[in-house]
Amino acid sequence: MKKLTQKIKGLKKTTKVDFATYLGVVLAFAAVTLLGRLGLLNRFLTGMLVPICAYIVMAVSLNLTVGILGELSLGHAGFMSVGAFSGVIAAQSLQASIPSAPVRLAVAILVGAVFASAAGFIVGVPVLRLRGDYLAIVTLAFGEIIKELINCLLVGYDSRGLHMAFNINGSLTISDLGLEPEGIAIIKGAQGATGTTTIATFTAGFILIMITLVIVLNLVRSRAGRAIMALRDNRIAAESVGVNVTKYKLMAFVTSAALAGAAGALYGLNYSNLAASKFSFDTSILVLVYVVLGGLGNMWGSIVAAAVLYILPEALREFADYRMLVYAVVLILVMLATNNDQLKALAGRILPKRKGAADNG
Amino acid sequence: MEFLSYLISGISLGSVYAIIALGYTMVYGIAKMLNFAHGDVIMVGGYVSFCAVSYLGLPGWLSVVLAMAVCTALGVVIEGLAYKPLRQATSLAVLITAIGVSYFLQNAAQLIWGASPKGYTPLIPTTNAQGEPNTLRLFGGQLSISYISLFTMGACIVIMVLLTFFTGRTKLGKAMRACSEDKGAAQLMGINVNATISLTFAIGSALAAVAGGLLCSFTTSLMPTTGSMPGIKAFTAAVFGGIGSIPGAFLGGILLGVIESLAKAYISTQLANAILFAVLIIVLLVKPSGLLGRYVPEKV
Amino acid sequence: MAEKKVFEKGKMVPVPSVSIIPERDLGKTPILECSHLGIDFGGLTAVNEFNITVGRTEIAGLIGPNGAGKTTVFNLLTKVYQPTRGTILLDGIDTHGKNPAQINRMGIARTFQNIRLFNNLSVEDNVKIGLHNQEKYSMVSGILRLPRYWRQEKAAHQRALELLSIFDMQDMANYQAGSLPYGAQRRLEIVRALATNPSLLLLDEPAAGMNPSETAELMENIVKIRDTFQIAIMLIEHDMSLVMGICEGICVLNFGQIIAKGTAEEIQSNPTVIEAYLGKQQ
Repeated sequence: MKKLTQKIKGLKKTTKVDFATYLGVVLAFAAVTLLGRLGLLNRFLTGMLVPICAYIVMAVSLNLTVGILGELSLGHAGFMSVGAFSGVIAAQSLQASIPSAPVRLAVAILVGAVFASAAGFIVGVPVLRLRGDYLAIVTLAFGEIIKELINCLLVGYDSRGLHMAFNINGSLTISDLGLEPEGIAIIKGAQGATGTTTIATFTAGFILIMITLVIVLNLVRSRAGRAIMALRDNRIAAESVGVNVTKYKLMAFVTSAALAGAAGALYGLNYSNLAASKFSFDTSILVLVYVVLGGLGNMWGSIVAAAVLYILPEALREFADYRMLVYAVVLILVMLATNNDQLKALAGRILPKRKGAADNG
Repeated sequence: MEFLSYLISGISLGSVYAIIALGYTMVYGIAKMLNFAHGDVIMVGGYVSFCAVSYLGLPGWLSVVLAMAVCTALGVVIEGLAYKPLRQATSLAVLITAIGVSYFLQNAAQLIWGASPKGYTPLIPTTNAQGEPNTLRLFGGQLSISYISLFTMGACIVIMVLLTFFTGRTKLGKAMRACSEDKGAAQLMGINVNATISLTFAIGSALAAVAGGLLCSFTTSLMPTTGSMPGIKAFTAAVFGGIGSIPGAFLGGILLGVIESLAKAYISTQLANAILFAVLIIVLLVKPSGLLGRYVPEKV
Repeated sequence: MAEKKVFEKGKMVPVPSVSIIPERDLGKTPILECSHLGIDFGGLTAVNEFNITVGRTEIAGLIGPNGAGKTTVFNLLTKVYQPTRGTILLDGIDTHGKNPAQINRMGIARTFQNIRLFNNLSVEDNVKIGLHNQEKYSMVSGILRLPRYWRQEKAAHQRALELLSIFDMQDMANYQAGSLPYGAQRRLEIVRALATNPSLLLLDEPAAGMNPSETAELMENIVKIRDTFQIAIMLIEHDMSLVMGICEGICVLNFGQIIAKGTAEEIQSNPTVIEAYLGKQQ
């Protein structure tokens, strides 16, 4: 026992933070599961568990782009959308081939991640040459493009396989796919995915969060992660020590997109009806708010912020119409308070000093 | 002829975007922030003008003047309360605050005016007293241009010329340019940086109010979210033309309107925005600082 | 001030200790050969007809008045700017069309006039990023923490401490780079550059902001680095005691042109150089 405590004390600070993050997530999962078993969670809360998990994954993955890579992305919901709809298509069309729901869910999440990472690659290659706000506007544009494209998409499945049509001028309907009578319509244009079998579970959400954390945290503490953070801190210096700018920017961006896709698939399979308009610019912004309030590069911060801020507007229900107003005011006040020099000085005096300690991502 | 009429409707829509983009680009140039609340100031301008016409019975032009006054005050207040304390903060902190302001304005508008759309009376009625459409007929009636379109284009050009003159020739305009180059140096030259930034927000918000009136004259309806999409598009227009550049914002706005109008007419109504944004991405890849923007390489 | 004093005919010229200045080494094939190198910015010719050779273990100095184009030469060598004309041969290989990262992998490492560290990372991580291309494990091994990861990370950790010990900085390994004092930041930049295992090290004003005793220590360290790593070092410096004290070959730049090349003695007595620094005598 003494040996163990000594070993823990000897660990690097970053390693301790990582372990604490994993532990926190596991404990939270155990606590929520226990409360659920005891029947202490109302239906309203149970219904929010999977979306919370999805948004936590979204926040952690966006933090990889914004906090670790240091590039502002305003189109993260676009990748979530790609993941959601490709995941739904996969899950719906594999119903017969894979009867086991958990396995099908895992496959769907994987498909979502693959498609989103492909989208991330297509967007990333040209776009990562841009800097700062220009990159932000292009990611925003990308998110809007994805939304409109999916709004035009018609997908159905029958014994002959997948059928797809692209409804450019708004004249096609799902019947134009020529599905067999027993075939199913998966995506109906602007209506989005309808009649989806909801197979997403809280346990799956928990596992996805853990996998995301392992990927992101271990990436950050590795050679590749250091290269990515070097690009963030000083691109010119990073180049001067031989870091391949495009490769590592793309690595961070595509990883982030893939995780967003996985979150999207989880999210999409939690609702029987889901329209592409759900993944709008506002959703991207919402996730960005989680990341900034949780702290850039701070993964546990993102987790807490996503969970709290997802529940907050719901918890403010008693304010009825005022709740979004209150939310906005809280948001502004938090930003003003966290950037106030006097408050920072006060916090510095109260909290223990961390002089010289490196904040390692 | 059909093409020409689509082109003209594109230019007039683009003129509205250009007016918003001019405000956006000025604010960006000086405060170096993406002011996501700008679109919502347009919406507030629209509502003020709507109220002035419906409840006070003011004529359209006077309602817009009133809206400009209200929005100017609003812009200055927002800047003073939310953005000024964050001068030294990271751009991301300012961005999130701007998003907070945007949420606030939208939800406040929803509380005051309700979520359902309000019918907006166009500044120049679509039909005259005799019930004939208020349009200019050309080529023996083959091409008709509504007066509101003509007015919008005229207003846009006048505003662009005035702004170019203001920033290029006047003392305050020069102070504004100095602040956007280097705030510290400007301060050392005796320029009141805070006042200059407030002035920029005032001008930008007044322009947003004008744009609000014009925009609602085209759409004839008004909702708390009316401003968001035009706000984003105007921002896109500003980036398209080269953010920080006044002629760039003008050009970007017009082009955006034309592309949107032609895409709707000839390709797909549903994909109009997607096409618009795709063109933006392509332009930025070819010219990373926009059509008329300056590329400033990082000094080593 | 220091640079002016040097040229006051012998009086203030520091006498270098014999042990420091070794012989010029141009007998073997040089590590760096520039011929007709030049760059224009718009209509302005910033550097023109820059011809220089640097020996394999030579310490070369690049001096000149402010705005002469010294840093631009470094930027050309490291391809931060692509040259408008001329060739750069590194160890006989043409560096044409390479980007800065590739140049580093070919063997040129540099420091910057305005310090460029990875400020939010620890001192150790800064050095480890210098070791980036010597660590060879994939992203997947990193995420899954395969044995390769542990082995190479351990080696990198030890190597980083070893390199830091050149400047006695191993105790600062866990400090945040941005929080270091100025002098330590300059030294860390040198360590980081050395970590990339270069054959030519470019130092842009390494002694800027240092007091005479710190400069003296830096001089010894530069020579020590050259002797230990057996590499060529080229430095831009305004402190003439440093340049004259350790540089075997000196090149003087003015208005983008080389106005003199030679040993310390030759440069000090060169009338063109004196004119460039002090102006024409009335």
